[in-house]
Amino acid sequence: MALKSKKFRWERKGLLGLRELSAEEITYILDTAEGFEQISSRTVKKAPALRGKTVVNLFFEDSTRTRNSFALAASRLSADVVEFTKKSSSVSKGETLLDTARNLEAMGIDIVVIRHSAGGAAKLLSRNINACVVNAGDGFCEHPTQGLLDVYTIRKLRGSLDGLKIAIVGDIVHSRVARSDMWAMTKLGAEVTFVGPATLMPGQVEQLPVKVSYSLDEVIEKVDVINMLRIQFERLGGNPFPSVREYSHYFGLTVERMKRAKEDILVMHPGPINRGLEMESEVADGKNSVILEQVTNGVAVRMAVLFLVNQAAAQKK
Amino acid sequence: MKSELLIKNGRVIDPANAIDKKCNVLIVDGVIAEVAEEIQNSKFKMQNYRTVIDATGKLVVPGLIDIHVHFREPGDEEEETIASGSAAAVSAGFTSVVCMPNTRPPIENETDVEYVHRKARQARKTHVYLMGAITKGRAGVELAEMGFMAEAGAVGFTDDGNGVQDPAVMLRALKYAGMFDVVVAQHCQDERIAGSGVMNSGYHSTVLGLPGIDKLAEEAMLWRDIQLAKKTKVRYHAQHVSTAGAIRLIRDGKKDSLPITCEVTPHHLLLTEENCAEYDTNYKVNPPLRTERDIEALREAIAAGVVDALVTDHAPHLQSEKELEFLAAPFGIASLECSLGLYEKALISPGVLNWVGLIRLMTEKPAKIIGVDKGTLGKGKQADVTIIDADAEYTIDVRSFRSKSRNCPYHGWRVKGKVEKTIVGGEIRFSAGVN
Repeated sequence: MALKSKKFRWERKGLLGLRELSAEEITYILDTAEGFEQISSRTVKKAPALRGKTVVNLFFEDSTRTRNSFALAASRLSADVVEFTKKSSSVSKGETLLDTARNLEAMGIDIVVIRHSAGGAAKLLSRNINACVVNAGDGFCEHPTQGLLDVYTIRKLRGSLDGLKIAIVGDIVHSRVARSDMWAMTKLGAEVTFVGPATLMPGQVEQLPVKVSYSLDEVIEKVDVINMLRIQFERLGGNPFPSVREYSHYFGLTVERMKRAKEDILVMHPGPINRGLEMESEVADGKNSVILEQVTNGVAVRMAVLFLVNQAAAQKK
Repeated sequence: MKSELLIKNGRVIDPANAIDKKCNVLIVDGVIAEVAEEIQNSKFKMQNYRTVIDATGKLVVPGLIDIHVHFREPGDEEEETIASGSAAAVSAGFTSVVCMPNTRPPIENETDVEYVHRKARQARKTHVYLMGAITKGRAGVELAEMGFMAEAGAVGFTDDGNGVQDPAVMLRALKYAGMFDVVVAQHCQDERIAGSGVMNSGYHSTVLGLPGIDKLAEEAMLWRDIQLAKKTKVRYHAQHVSTAGAIRLIRDGKKDSLPITCEVTPHHLLLTEENCAEYDTNYKVNPPLRTERDIEALREAIAAGVVDALVTDHAPHLQSEKELEFLAAPFGIASLECSLGLYEKALISPGVLNWVGLIRLMTEKPAKIIGVDKGTLGKGKQADVTIIDADAEYTIDVRSFRSKSRNCPYHGWRVKGKVEKTIVGGEIRFSAGVN
């Protein structure tokens, strides 16, 4: 897809969430990512765009996929990457987030990629430091690059999201992916349905720009794309459903259920998969699954994001 | 020689004695001697008074009373002390405050009570009362020594910051407190429903990705407590009521003539959950900021006389704590010093109350809840008097606070209603522009 408007200029020196982005801004990131996609398939997987820049991966939560994806994206743009992993959800003890950030900034960091267990952590950081801040997941709030790579994958395979019906299934209340997907997909014209048990739906869900269903069976036949969220046992608390077996029975993507789905339905998952829980292995590895393409596209999308925020920061100086 | 103080020509509002007129107030030896248009006391000639305050154009009211503040001493003196808190209070027109017991350690025996009283005497600003903890360590399991604390001067009991979760413990607490005729106050919040919530549960908590506190957490505990009050007939006070549903429960309980009272804060009358949208932790407070609908219900209830007291729930915190993630920052708003202007904005300006109604909820009625002989300008009462310039507008500036903390979301607000002088026990303890 060609750039829609030559006049458009990306002006944000950070990416905190997709809620605040316009459809035009989202499209611009996707278009930029298309340009970067082919770098990853070259024999020399490097472009010089961020040469001399330092990116820190500031991860306060466990992550393999996202952290590596950001590290690859940064190094393919020739940036130096510093890994800063600090596993502590309790910030009350030890150095505060702001103190950590101020220290990093004092060392001359250009871009901070932050993953944190508290909603709003990326925003808090961006208000207090001059470096670019890219949100790699904050609590239940947003995971913007995941949302972007999801819509990128759909757009690549379907041409456009306009008019598509998309189901997002599972633990909605604790899912930042569901929120980022919702903002990006609806802004690009898709109709999104949240599917899951009532105990895992957010409060006042009816005020969100989505449809809600408590029955996967009612939804499965109608949708063009289905995104199966991971059950995050570490976040659940209490017992929102009686057993894994019962959850899978009502909300798992089984081979049986797939028989009633549209033939060309796209099956997505943000990973890592609990095989046999959210979806049966045969579905995860089946012909409709685009799960590994999502991972591939993640690198290109993150390259685009790092490139754009750095460019905006340079222009502001 | 006797000490005499005459406040002349002010608009005297004394709701307890149904006074609202331009007249003079004579104070002799720290006690109200006379409130009259013409001072009758023949021993004194007007011009001979040692101190005369001209209150022309000002309101002269009984000293204001805030029955819900946190002065953090002992334990968190970096945030506030009894000295800094009472200096802040007196500058805001308060002559009496009630400190909450959630200090470190909590106020849970007579020694703790006496410690607070001693610090207050040394500070020599306002009268400082306190409520003791209902349970040891505010843990909600075993009763604290309520009898000894009441004898030492505690004016009520609460585990504020926590609600007493176990209904059997709360029932026991009410029965036991009933023997000493003190009020039992509750921070109504069912912890199991509230979970790890940090703001009101709803659209805003969902899009901010923050765990929410459902209104039911407040209402379920309040409903339970009202049943317990019905059974025990012991005086029960619901602290910082924040939802339309809760205020409805209070109203219905009062219709049944139950011995229940309640209080409302300025933030639950002026701010909503929407204020949390930028993760500004100065809006993180417990109970959380609710919705416009709740504000409307609270204002209606105040107009209808369902609410018994206006309180600040002044909760000072350090900048370094408030600059944490919204999830991790402590709950609380420091608003003691601008509270009068806030009430004016929330209640008088939109016509919910007039000044008489507002002063009643800041003097006579709260005094009754804690059972102290204050809140009026009756003859022979200790002379606690506040003089207010009701028309003076000003901009709230946290940098001018006497409180040690600055966690106040009203910085920069334009408000009306300024305290001119605060007189405690016949002594001028605050004068605008002087101290």
